[in-house]
Amino acid sequence: MDSLSLIIYNMAYYIAMLALAIAFVRFLMGPSSVDRVLALDTMTICSIALIIFIAMYAGRIIYIDVALVYALLSFLGVIAVARYLEGGL
Amino acid sequence: MRRVKAFVLSYIILIGLWMIVGGTQPDEMIVGAITAFIISLVFAPRFALLGSIRLSPKALFATIMFIIVFSVELVKGAIDVAGRVISPSLPINPGIVKVRTRLQSDVGRIALANAITMTPGTMTVETNGEFFYIHWIDIKSEDIDAATAAIVTIFERHLEVMFG
Amino acid sequence: MALIGSLISLVGSLFLFLGALGILRLPDVYNRMQAGTKATTIGSILTIIGIGFAHPQWLPKLIILVLFILFTNPISTHALARAAHFAGIKLTERSIRDNLREDKIEEEIND
Repeated sequence: MDSLSLIIYNMAYYIAMLALAIAFVRFLMGPSSVDRVLALDTMTICSIALIIFIAMYAGRIIYIDVALVYALLSFLGVIAVARYLEGGL
Repeated sequence: MRRVKAFVLSYIILIGLWMIVGGTQPDEMIVGAITAFIISLVFAPRFALLGSIRLSPKALFATIMFIIVFSVELVKGAIDVAGRVISPSLPINPGIVKVRTRLQSDVGRIALANAITMTPGTMTVETNGEFFYIHWIDIKSEDIDAATAAIVTIFERHLEVMFG
Repeated sequence: MALIGSLISLVGSLFLFLGALGILRLPDVYNRMQAGTKATTIGSILTIIGIGFAHPQWLPKLIILVLFILFTNPISTHALARAAHFAGIKLTERSIRDNLREDKIEEEIND
């Protein structure tokens, strides 16, 4: 990989990290529990992108499986919280 | 017939998934084939999506058209919402409107509701039979027919051919 | 090749950033969901596909991940929106109308 594209990949990596931090501010602010779950969901998607970046830097394909399982667990978690808020759990 | 189709489709999808995620060594393939067979046997008859897919050339064409329309709307939706977020005055005009769909099958309605969620400025909040309640970030019309024409019709044409 | 991929990744991460910014800026939970679902979905998809350009042999697995995000994101958003409305979270003051609330009240009166 040439150095220019590596620099651009690094920029993308840090911007995604910034997105994670901003979503974390909303997670702390609330005000309702739905806001927090939504912020957590956004943070999860940002982390999936970050995990794929780390997989690229480390050159290990196994990290993609980690991202896949993380996405699956996050989806189930959000569905469970939504069911709980509706009183169905 | 419907159940056989659901079984075959689910078996093909699961085996494909196994080969991509797990690899194609012979011993792995045997385990994957047995697991996919058991899962398809147990769950495929209850999985309505696979049973109600139509496999005619016309439906295939509609599927391709739907994917193209959906991709374009997805990109438009992201750019639209990003533009609203950046502009300092937050040009939003939100509310929940009611629309009506012509689709009869459950699977078609599910696909429509999820497609609406990904299109510019709209998000499905609640469904009740043929009525959808849609959160619209920039309401252009409060009338049910005009809102239906603006939000639903673009996908309905293709989904009608795909699922009925 | 890697240059194209890195540019796609950059655009994707900008969308991720704008989605997160929308979650911070927009006035109520429904509007936040709109930003949080559309911008972040397309953002993560572009980021992941952009990395796929750097490692073409990873593409099948990355495409599975992309499809998974594309299918599950609207579903979880819809479930959350439904729960929010069920829990009685109000729309922002700037909202024009709420047909769902009107219909729910009407139903209660009929019962």
